Amino acid sequence: MKYMLLRHRDVPNINQIDIYQKNGGFDALKKAIKMKTDDVTNEVKEAGLRGRGGAGFPAGVKWSFMDNNNWPHYVVANADESEPGTFKDREIMESNPFQFLEGIAICSYAVGANAAYIYLRGEFWEVAHFLDEKIEEMEKAGFLGDKIQGTDYSLKIYTHLGAGAYICGEETAMLESMEGKRGQPRVRPPFPPSQGLYNKPTVVNNVETLTSVPYIINNGAKEYRKFGTDKSPGTKIFSLSGNVNKPGNYELPLGTTFRELIFEHGGGIPNGNTIKAIMPAGASSSMVVANDEALDTPMDYESVPNVGGDLGSASVIVVDDSISLDWLINKTVSFFEHESCGKCTPCREGAYWMKQLTSRIHNGEGTQDDVELLKSVATQIRGTTLCALGEFSTMAVVSSIERFPEDFEAKV
Amino acid sequence: MSLAEKYPQEIEKVLAKYPPEHKRSAVMALLFMAQREEGYINKQDKVDIAKILDMTTTEISAIVGFYSLYHDKKAGQYRIQVCTDIGCALRGADQYLADLCEKLDVKPGETTDDGLVTIEEVKCLAACDKAPMFQVQSNNGIKYHEQMTVDTTLELIEALRKDAKEAK
Repeated sequence: MKYMLLRHRDVPNINQIDIYQKNGGFDALKKAIKMKTDDVTNEVKEAGLRGRGGAGFPAGVKWSFMDNNNWPHYVVANADESEPGTFKDREIMESNPFQFLEGIAICSYAVGANAAYIYLRGEFWEVAHFLDEKIEEMEKAGFLGDKIQGTDYSLKIYTHLGAGAYICGEETAMLESMEGKRGQPRVRPPFPPSQGLYNKPTVVNNVETLTSVPYIINNGAKEYRKFGTDKSPGTKIFSLSGNVNKPGNYELPLGTTFRELIFEHGGGIPNGNTIKAIMPAGASSSMVVANDEALDTPMDYESVPNVGGDLGSASVIVVDDSISLDWLINKTVSFFEHESCGKCTPCREGAYWMKQLTSRIHNGEGTQDDVELLKSVATQIRGTTLCALGEFSTMAVVSSIERFPEDFEAKV
Repeated sequence: MSLAEKYPQEIEKVLAKYPPEHKRSAVMALLFMAQREEGYINKQDKVDIAKILDMTTTEISAIVGFYSLYHDKKAGQYRIQVCTDIGCALRGADQYLADLCEKLDVKPGETTDDGLVTIEEVKCLAACDKAPMFQVQSNNGIKYHEQMTVDTTLELIEALRKDAKEAK
């Protein structure tokens, strides 16, 4: 298969503007700005492109929710990539930046935004400066700035650096952070397409989602749907990490099986060990038992829940039989305890309790009662927080205790 | 000198990114600017930024406290921030950090005797396939170093020492 997103692997130096242009770059933008804005949105809707940041919400539908009685409109690209196990957006931005920026421009045109922001996690300092250069090159070439390609449409794209906070990947926390506040989630509704940045209608889309857009506009929804499954069309970048021989990003059609990703592309499990569990959505995952049924499950939004997980941002962490899960959930819980923004008490206090408990159990100082208490605390966090972080912090905990009880029995 | 006197053009450029009635959005960029010289944000910086953006210093302090890349205490000139989160840990990052600390005779959070390098343990940096890895936060911004060993890290630290000496 030729690459749709990681095109730099087919075309060397595609991060240079002349090479990007020679290889069809900006054709989609030129085509889009001659179309009616609704037609652009409809094409993306028909393509069935789903948000690649984790939630899988249809991008075109989100665009169509923009409130046309409230102006100006904004587009914010979510480049906060912070889910442990996810490292795809950085590769796109470093190696195929123009396709990403072109995607932002098409989205902005479709929703009538004249300003778009790229919110990058603060650690992506070098990426932000690199993108600033690429934006300038696009302005000079007439693909950004005033009156793009002789039309009446103008667009400025700005980078905005965060400063280290996982929660800012949650779209309303991101908007708070952009407004110069602490990044804490808002009460929803209203959702950003009604009231987003500066209380104006705003589309927030993930980097990979936006990078998928030029292909759809160039080739049409029908062509896009030739990849992936009926309900999860297109290709997706799977970030593969953990106990696997060849970790890295793999762009594959949605619906590829775990087995193909881990064993064919990823080269299998190192040191003669056996695969034990899969975390398909990074630290926010349930621990999926890596049996034959799971390995033969297609990785798409509908199928992964059948084996007790979620596709999320498709950050597939492989865990082999040398790992005891009491250690692993201590890691996941420590992450969420650190990253909880503190706004909702169940998440703030619950993650702290879970960290104490998992530390105690992992250090061999826990009892079976502690395991029960841990599960009880986790269950009580669920459904009581404004954003999904609270929920995420419990996924690996509860599923590990339920599906791998022997790992805990051995410790208490 | 106040921040506004030090970097007038740069501040102007940052403010131009946002609608004039929402200049508060520039706070994150200004905090990075303030941190550039000494590696942390001091009291006067907070007062300066509050003045530029019509905010209170309390609001500024709340933001400094919330985000992990802002610091309000002095540390080494280079902060080596090692990721030991899940992906990296499954590929040996905990052992790498322990070995590195032993060689440097510091614990995570501590600074080498010459005051140059602080070793910190941090959460996921989105480079899980290239562990062990860390970022260096310094007055030059933030730079990633991937697929590192203790030996290549010590070489890097030597190079940083040389740079610091020459700069003096």
